[in-house]
Amino acid sequence: MARAIGVDATWVRIGAVLLAIASGVMVLVYAVAWLLIPMEGVESSVYTRAVHDRQGIRVVAAVLVPTLVLVQLITSSLHVAFIGYLGWPTLLAVGVVVLIWRNADASERAFIDHDVVPMLGAQSGGRGRRWLMVRVGIGVVVGAAGIALLVAGHTTLAALRPVGGAVLVVGAAVIIFGPWWLSLVRDLIAERQARALAEERAQMAAHVHDSVLQTLALIQRSVDDPQHVVRLARAQERELRAWLFEGRPPGAIADDAATFAEGIGVLQRQVEADHHIAVQVVVVGDCGLDDATRALLDAAREATVNAAKWSGADQVSLYAEVEPDAARVYVRDRGLGFDPEAVPEGRQGIAQSIRARVTRVGGRAVIHSAPGEGAEVQLSVPRRAQLP
Amino acid sequence: MFRAGVKAELGDAVEVVGEADEASAAAELIAERLPDVVLLDVHLPGGGGLAVLRGVHPAHPEVQFLALSVSDAPEDVIQVIRAGARGYVTKTISGPELLQAVYRVAAGDAVFSPRLAGFVLDAFAQGGDPLPDRGLDPELDQLSPREREVLRLIARGYTYKEVARHLTISAKTVESHVSSVLRKLQLSTRHQLTRWATDRRLV
Repeated sequence: MARAIGVDATWVRIGAVLLAIASGVMVLVYAVAWLLIPMEGVESSVYTRAVHDRQGIRVVAAVLVPTLVLVQLITSSLHVAFIGYLGWPTLLAVGVVVLIWRNADASERAFIDHDVVPMLGAQSGGRGRRWLMVRVGIGVVVGAAGIALLVAGHTTLAALRPVGGAVLVVGAAVIIFGPWWLSLVRDLIAERQARALAEERAQMAAHVHDSVLQTLALIQRSVDDPQHVVRLARAQERELRAWLFEGRPPGAIADDAATFAEGIGVLQRQVEADHHIAVQVVVVGDCGLDDATRALLDAAREATVNAAKWSGADQVSLYAEVEPDAARVYVRDRGLGFDPEAVPEGRQGIAQSIRARVTRVGGRAVIHSAPGEGAEVQLSVPRRAQLP
Repeated sequence: MFRAGVKAELGDAVEVVGEADEASAAAELIAERLPDVVLLDVHLPGGGGLAVLRGVHPAHPEVQFLALSVSDAPEDVIQVIRAGARGYVTKTISGPELLQAVYRVAAGDAVFSPRLAGFVLDAFAQGGDPLPDRGLDPELDQLSPREREVLRLIARGYTYKEVARHLTISAKTVESHVSSVLRKLQLSTRHQLTRWATDRRLV
């Protein structure tokens, strides 16, 4: 229409809306203009097409006329003639809309599909459409009743009429447009949640990348100290693994453990960080921390540190298992080994200390070693009951 | 980059007959060249090592797969073993040990890293099931005490030779125990194992 008048379309629309607020007539005028003036790129206008849509007219007439007659009969017999007065224009409007629908241009139909239909909450598929019909039907009835109440002049319930009417009209709007609005709100919430999640994930990733970059820089600088390089690499590897495969956020590695297996993990981290050795850990089963298992952890830590300091090996294996009756830890290294009979001062003292820790809680410690064959410390403590 | 490193480590001890960096290309190449051993990365692009195993193993059971990964996560390990790999090692393994593993797999034996042994012990834990398994097939669904012993020693970091010495049996016996454990891992319908798998959405 704007093109026909030669003015920017938006301005015309705005003007029309303003005028519509002032007077409902403008809406009518706009609708009529839409009907009569052809859209750009189309030869004939919707109106001319609708008028020439013989088949459409025939169908609509076939449906409308009987319906109108029926409505009139019913309303007059029930002495509620005012609904009958409403019925005429409503059904006429329905017929006109149908004609327009059939003849609307593809783009116009797309507009209807895109904007109007979702607004009414119609989804694709028969079920959605049926619901829409039902809802629109209910909404229209309620709305009509409301309008009727507002408009009609019945003597009873005079005071309630305006309020009741308004409520019904609002109710009609809610029924028809409710689902659309609800889905909007739902989408909004879902999107916000997704965004928060994505942000959190991106933050964690950035942190990880940061720490990896740092480690790489440190490694380049420590080229002269291969032990240090290995330590850095292992620590970074562990942190990355924990994030990738266990979902643990970086930097959240607390040093207090809640279970035995976690305690072993802490042990591994701490020993690797403080001493020049790699600790290979295998854990089978898990249990809570009590006196006995804490003592076991301490003894295991001492044994591992001992291996780090004295064995000369670059790797120590730690195997921990939890069985219903006992918890055991085996600390094994393939280093220098020693003769348990001979008494090298430092090591003997430590062996005693390890043994004392576990025997205090009713456990056992056995130390196997021979020169040149590394050493193995076998620790076990009894478990009190079937603690999960 | 990693492949170059592995090739350098293996040196002249083995002949490299092919390499690929994507699952479908790998499967094709394997079917064509039929190597003795395939070093398979679990996280290969295009479906992972699992896709290659599923594509090649049924048709060519004589090709042995040794799974290799950074991961060490139980899901990856068990999945790949159940699909037909005969062994699993992590990428931090040393050169000589990798060579050993390749030879062992080529000879038809199973290679169990200490961690894998730990996982198996976990999955076949005795007395851990609150509900008794119905129809437990002792053949497939339980570890014999001997097998459990062997696995524990492996988990403790013993080499097969050391295990043999410790239990005063021959190395061959150790290998046969390990192979039998591998078979159980692959075929067991044990409640624990399948529940373990479904917990981690493997099934």
